[in-house]
Amino acid sequence: MRVGIVGIGHGKFGNRSDATVQELAFEPFKQAIDDAKNLGREDIDALVVGSVPEYHMQRSLPGVVAEYVGMNPKSVWLTEAACASGSAAIRTAYMSIKSGLHDIVAVIGVQKMRELSTEEILALMGRVGDVQWESIFGTTFPGYYALYANRHMHEFGTTKEQMALVAVKNHFYGSMNPYAFFQKEVSKDRVMDSDDVASPVSVFDCCANADGAACVILTNKKLAKKFNDTPIWLEGMGSASAQMSLLRRPNLVEIPSAVEAAKQAYEQAKVKPSEIQVADVHDCFTIAEIMAYENLGFCEKGKGGKFIEEKQSYIGGKTPVNVDGGLKAKGHPVGATGLSMTTEIVKQLRGEAGKRQVTGAEIGLTHNVGGIGQYTFVQILRR
Amino acid sequence: MPFKYFGKTNFTPYTKVDKFADYLHKGKLMGTKCKKCGEIYFPPRADCLKCMDDSFEWIEFSGKGTLNSFTTIHAAPKGFDDIAPYTIGIVDLLEGGRLLAWIGDIPKDEIKNDMPVKVVPRIFEEIPEIKLYYTIEKP
Repeated sequence: MRVGIVGIGHGKFGNRSDATVQELAFEPFKQAIDDAKNLGREDIDALVVGSVPEYHMQRSLPGVVAEYVGMNPKSVWLTEAACASGSAAIRTAYMSIKSGLHDIVAVIGVQKMRELSTEEILALMGRVGDVQWESIFGTTFPGYYALYANRHMHEFGTTKEQMALVAVKNHFYGSMNPYAFFQKEVSKDRVMDSDDVASPVSVFDCCANADGAACVILTNKKLAKKFNDTPIWLEGMGSASAQMSLLRRPNLVEIPSAVEAAKQAYEQAKVKPSEIQVADVHDCFTIAEIMAYENLGFCEKGKGGKFIEEKQSYIGGKTPVNVDGGLKAKGHPVGATGLSMTTEIVKQLRGEAGKRQVTGAEIGLTHNVGGIGQYTFVQILRR
Repeated sequence: MPFKYFGKTNFTPYTKVDKFADYLHKGKLMGTKCKKCGEIYFPPRADCLKCMDDSFEWIEFSGKGTLNSFTTIHAAPKGFDDIAPYTIGIVDLLEGGRLLAWIGDIPKDEIKNDMPVKVVPRIFEEIPEIKLYYTIEKP
C-alpha cells in the first residue's frame, strides 16, 4: 500500500540559542499537525526522531522529545545515519506503515549544534573519518570533500568558479526562504575570495552548522485523504551505503551510495532522472552538489560543473535543484536536514512554494548523504 | 599495545593489527595478506573482507605509489592546530590499497595528481614520547 505525507512543519534554522532541543522539536511538530486536516496528536501512533546524539548535552534524546511534544505513552525511537539521520528516520517510519504495524507516524528531525563548546566541536570534527588510519593526520569534513573536489577537478576539469556558482544559486534561492539561516544573496567574487578552509574548498563552499527542526506526518493510502486533500506519495525509497574510508572506495569522484540509492529509487518509482521536476540535494559543500547532479543522473558523469555553469539547476533549467537554498543557505542542523528536504519537495508538489515555486511540479526528489558518503537516502515523491 | 604510538593523536590503541606500529618503528611499511585467499590490504585488516577468513600474515609494502588527491587543511581539528596549515594526500599504493598521510618535503607548486611518490616511515623527533607516522615524499 502507498505511503503518503499528510502534514509538514519547518522551524527556523540558524542560531537558536533561544530554545532547548525539545523546544525546537515542538515547533514543526505543532505546525505539521495543524497542516494536516482533522488530525489530532492522539491520532498519531508513533514518533521517530532523526538526530545525531553526540551533539547534544541531553542523552537519549527521543525520551525528552516525546515527553515535551506530548507523545507518551506512544512508541518512540531514534534513527541515526550521520547527516542523513532525517531521511533514515523517514525510512523507518515508512517501513512501519508498510508493514501494517503503525497507521500514522510523525517524524521529527532535530539538531542543536551550538550547544557544545568550540573545543568539543573541534574534537568531534577531528573524528569524522576513519579514526584508526585517517584522523591521526588531522582530516576534517571539508578536508574530505576537498579530496573529492581536487580529484574531480583533475579528472573532469571542474573549476573553482563552477563550485562558486553553486553557492551563488543556493544563496539566491535562500534569500526567498524565511526559514533559512542566511537570507542574503552572495556574489561569485565573494565566494571565490573567501578564505581557504581546505583547498580548493573555501569558506563559502561550506554549509554552516545550525540549530533547527522539521517534521512530516505519514500515513497509509486508506487514511491519507481523510487528513489531506493533496497527500504527497513516497514512491521511491532508495537507501545504500559505501565504505567509511575513502581509502577503500572504488574512486574519489563520486559517492557510490548515492548512485546505488538513486538507482533503487528510480526503479521503485518507475521514473527516469529526466522526469524529476524539482530536487533537494545534499550540498554540504558545493562540490557535493556538483557530484549529486552526476550521481542522480541529472547530467553525465563529469559534466556536473557544466550543469551549474549552464544554469540547468535553476528554475527554468533542466532540473531545478535546491530552490529552497539548500544546506548552503538554510544551514545544516544534521538530523533536521533530511526532513527539511522532504517538507520542501512536499510544498513544491502541492504548489505552495510561493516565489520559489517550480510551476506544475508533480514529481520531486530528495538526496540526503550521511558523513562523507557512508549512507545515502534518495526519495522520489509524487503528487 | 604498540599501536598507541601510531599518530600525533591516537584514537584506537587496541587493534588486532597492532604490530603495524612495531614494524613502522623499524622503518617498515607493512600491509596484511589473507592466509586463505591471498587478498592484500592497506590499511591492514585482521579479517578478510573478501573471504571472511580471520588468519593473516604481514607483507612489506614498497611505499611506492601515485598521488590520487590532495588538500591543504587550514581549519584544523583539536590536536592539529599547532601544525596548520598542513597538506594531506591520498596515495594509490603500488601493491594495492590506499594510504592517507601528510605530504612531506614536496614544494607546493610541484604537488600534482598522479605524480609518482614514496611513503616514508617517520618518528616525531620534537616530542618526547614515541609518535610514529609516515609522510608522502618524492621517490
